[in-house]
Amino acid sequence: MRAALAFLRNTWRGLTSMRTALILLFLLALAAMPGALLPQRGLNAVKVEEYIADNGWWGRLLERFGFFDVYASVWFSAIYLLLFVSLVGCLTPRTVEYAKSLRARPVLTPRNLARLPHHREGVTDAEVAEVMADARRRLRGWRLEEREEADGGRSISAERGYLRELGNLVFHFAMLGLIAALAVGKMFNYEGQVVVLANGAEFCNSGTFAYDSFQPGLRVDGTDLNEFCLRVNDFTAHYLPTGQADFFRADIEYQAGEDLASNTWRPYPLEVNSPLRIVGDRVYLLGNGYAPTFTVVFPNGEERTNTVQWRPVDQLTYLSEGATKFDPPGVSDLAERRTKQLAITGLFAPTAVLQDNVLASAFPDLRDPAVAIDVMRGDLGTDSGRGQSIFSIDQSMVENGRLKRVARENMRPGEELRLDDGTVIRFDGVERFAYLQVSHDPAQTWVLGFAVLLVLGLGTSLVIKRRRVWVRATPSTDPESPGRTVVLLGGLARTDQAGYGEEFGRIADDLLPRPAPDDVVRQDVTAGRET
Amino acid sequence: MPVNETLSTYSDWCYGAAVGVYVLAMLLSLVDQAFGRRVPRAVRERELVGAGAGGSATPPADPPAGSDRDGAGEETDRGARARRMGRMAVALTVLGVVMHLGALVLRGLATGRVPWSNMYEFGATLCLFAVVTWLVVLRRFAIQHLSVWVLLPVIVLMFLGGVVLYSEAAPVQPALQSYWLVIHVFAIALGSGMVLVPGVVSGLYLVKVRRPGWAGRLPAAEVLDQVAYRTTVFAFPIYTAGVIFGAIWAESAWGRFWGWDPKETVAFIAWVVYAAYLHSRATAGWRGGRAAVINIVGFALMVFNLFFINLVVAGLHSYAGI
Ligand code: HEM
Repeated sequence: MRAALAFLRNTWRGLTSMRTALILLFLLALAAMPGALLPQRGLNAVKVEEYIADNGWWGRLLERFGFFDVYASVWFSAIYLLLFVSLVGCLTPRTVEYAKSLRARPVLTPRNLARLPHHREGVTDAEVAEVMADARRRLRGWRLEEREEADGGRSISAERGYLRELGNLVFHFAMLGLIAALAVGKMFNYEGQVVVLANGAEFCNSGTFAYDSFQPGLRVDGTDLNEFCLRVNDFTAHYLPTGQADFFRADIEYQAGEDLASNTWRPYPLEVNSPLRIVGDRVYLLGNGYAPTFTVVFPNGEERTNTVQWRPVDQLTYLSEGATKFDPPGVSDLAERRTKQLAITGLFAPTAVLQDNVLASAFPDLRDPAVAIDVMRGDLGTDSGRGQSIFSIDQSMVENGRLKRVARENMRPGEELRLDDGTVIRFDGVERFAYLQVSHDPAQTWVLGFAVLLVLGLGTSLVIKRRRVWVRATPSTDPESPGRTVVLLGGLARTDQAGYGEEFGRIADDLLPRPAPDDVVRQDVTAGRET
Repeated sequence: MPVNETLSTYSDWCYGAAVGVYVLAMLLSLVDQAFGRRVPRAVRERELVGAGAGGSATPPADPPAGSDRDGAGEETDRGARARRMGRMAVALTVLGVVMHLGALVLRGLATGRVPWSNMYEFGATLCLFAVVTWLVVLRRFAIQHLSVWVLLPVIVLMFLGGVVLYSEAAPVQPALQSYWLVIHVFAIALGSGMVLVPGVVSGLYLVKVRRPGWAGRLPAAEVLDQVAYRTTVFAFPIYTAGVIFGAIWAESAWGRFWGWDPKETVAFIAWVVYAAYLHSRATAGWRGGRAAVINIVGFALMVFNLFFINLVVAGLHSYAGI
């Protein structure tokens, strides 16, 4: 039992020592490194899969030990938790100590001031009391303590820079608070992405189903999201002649809170760098792209029009790829339907150039749009129960022959294409879409607050020096200067000595008569110690 | 906002001229480093400190010591000449700074935005801050003969910047059109530029304590340690603030304030390493050599973050263009 207690106590002492903190800091830095060098799931899942596929057993090993999700891995959290505990453990006693030292009186004047890193002495005609009064005036703002000494002398001890400790405490506590706020954020945050066509289409934050992708925090199940709706009326992009993007704006309207009941819409120009902040959520404009519109006129005369976003494959020219899918109308027989589904897939170029009949894009803006499409007919596999990407067709259906290409064509807006069974496909034109992200993190203001405190505390603790000055005045005992006063000054910086010499020098210059020539040498000694 | 080609050309000339002047300064300072005779440290320091504190009530009293000994004839002619070259090197460095600043101002005027929006410009800004930091250090510590070691990496960085990473003056993407570009990048460039000095000086410290045979002309180890520590102490809060500004910007541009983007990750690691440096100086047994190693590691991480992460790993930050 005793042994166990001793063990615990020693572990605790070890854990909360500064040396351990230092080592933990290093471990944390080291552990964070793979996250910068290896692809991470949270940032780019596709790259992770590629990496694992390319690296065989090594990739799988890394996968097992969480190297593709470093910041959520057990070992990363373990270091971070240990550091947290170590921090709490060392802050508690230090807080008490600081609180005491904040109120402490300056310490007694040491007997031998000449031993201090900074010191000077001089002889003056002023009396002891006058010297003391001068010193008090000069040391205004310092915490002072004046004392009687033996043989008629007096001394002042002065101390300054208590804020350093305060800053240091603020810094460390802010760091604690920051870590805690981060953890809270991880519990209750969520992030979802959604594509909204810029033709007045609407999006409501009513549940995870409304999103194209959704990443909930640990305690978020996707119900109970903050309610708001928005619609995207228009999207403006402006490009430099080089094709570099210069300006994006989605003109949106939104409603939240009471506006939902009264159905009031409020406009907001959503731009990069200026998210919409409503009811605790933020809406960002993360990207944009094009959604071509196709109309299919079926042999029975029925029409279907569909506008689906295509995915930009080149961020510079916005050459995009995608698949727009149609079900034949009025066909209730499943088997028959599976022979007549249509998909229009291929490339879209906002500013078309044809090189050897291959479509490419020369510019990201809509100058001369065109599509290069394959029309596929047959079974799209949409009711196979397997999910499929909205940007592509199921290649396995093509491979097993159930989905066949029936036409291949390059088209401009307004152009039509007739299939063998009389179906007409028209490329009507193109809409822009906005790629939006909704984010929610109830703790982020706290994180910011702690971060600001952290910097303020850090600055204070690093720039302010805790330093002391002592002044001692004694009536001269030298028979050659009767009635005069010997003044001794000593100085000590409690942390970093550098730079204190200047301040000490100025105080000494103000309090002492001009040094006699033979003092110069001693001054140099002072300075020498300083560095 | 169209780019003013004339101004941007002048800016490039200034940049080239600044590099040229730095090279000259480095050569002169090399002579100083190799042959200049040093006065006992303590004396010179005191002298300079007095000068630095100028304007206070200090009577121009201490005429003394330092200059007396300077001229005391114990110096060889060659040593004196070399030291004069060292002083010229400092003057040239100031001239270089003026041209360097001119290059940045002209680029800013040419593009109508702050001149630190791509890697070339960021490197140029960082180097300017590094040199200015060094000049400030020289006002406090009489170690001008070490200029060569500071100018060398600056020149290498500026050369790489001007030749490999150069990019034409151009406006920036929507994501960069934010006043946080002004604040965040300024703070990061200032912080990173400042830590170049302690990085270099810590290297010299290690030479001084581990290979004293090579280090006859280096100042006392404590002086090197002080320079490294005091510069880091100013740079660290600035760098910290820069990282926080970055997080604030990320919150409004990318939808989250922290996402372990490679750049963010390495910034965090470097931050932790510098925090460890400051702690190591307060922990017995880590002071001195080990602290210097940590400082060098910190600086290496900054450089790594600038080059490797931008050029090879490419996360969100790389869209500033090279
Ligand atoms: C067990 C945990 C810790 C202990 C015992 C501790 C202790 C200390 C002490 C004693 C100082 C004052 C040093 C001085 O007066 O020069 C200090 C300062 C500082 N601490 Fe910590 N610390 C701990 C954790 C951390 C952590 C985790 C970080 C950052 C990641 C950190 C960053 C800093 C910084 C930047 C300073 C300012 C350096 C300075 O004042 O010299 N500390 N810490």
